[in-house]
Amino acid sequence: MTGQRQDKAREGVIDENLKRVYHEAMEEGIPDRFKDLLEQLKRQDADQEAKR
Amino acid sequence: MSNADPRDELVEHLPAMRAFAISLTRNGSLADDMVQDTVVKAWTNIEKFQPGTNMRAWLFTILRNTYYSSRRKSNREVSDVDGVFTEGLAEKPAHDGHLQMMDFREALAKLKVEQREALLLIGASGFSYEEAAEMCGVAVGTIKSRTNRARAQLAELMGLKEDEAMEMTDDATMSVLSASRVSNF
Repeated sequence: MTGQRQDKAREGVIDENLKRVYHEAMEEGIPDRFKDLLEQLKRQDADQEAKR
Repeated sequence: MSNADPRDELVEHLPAMRAFAISLTRNGSLADDMVQDTVVKAWTNIEKFQPGTNMRAWLFTILRNTYYSSRRKSNREVSDVDGVFTEGLAEKPAHDGHLQMMDFREALAKLKVEQREALLLIGASGFSYEEAAEMCGVAVGTIKSRTNRARAQLAELMGLKEDEAMEMTDDATMSVLSASRVSNF
């Protein structure tokens, strides 16, 4: 039983670290290139729509 | 035609896609290229997305396919070219959590990519075993065993010995851990 509790504790430490690493990457925000890309894709669609 | 364009939702998933790509590849510029390819593929194939289903799962499926096909092309393990991991670490103040954090990142980088991927999907991105299995095209049991093996190997690499792990369960530590807990992405 102790073994299981130790496994749980280890799992907690690992998942905590994992979430922190992940969260740090999320906090970085989105580089402008992605906003530009989405704008560009929208414009392309609008152009094609206009040609029809 | 429905009023809501699912493509408008794409932008909401960008931070999670980047976090997954960076954690998986350990390479910031490669990760951004992968996310960019994924956005273009998703945008131009949006009719393949079934409205009402999980868009993040759909995007992650494209993202990981992008990753594996670029890996097959280059036919080698991608290296930490721009030092996204090591750089970030050097700038951090050396508070108490620092050493453990560094150990964790190093250990994470040492895992087999399939194991790292499974752990990231389950432990950080918040997908279910079933969702992750579908994304990766493997059985649920395979995802479970990859996740378990990843955790066991990390514990070993980080030197989380049994007595140390037990110390982590004392009240003070647990309250710190819960205070910093990030539950949803």
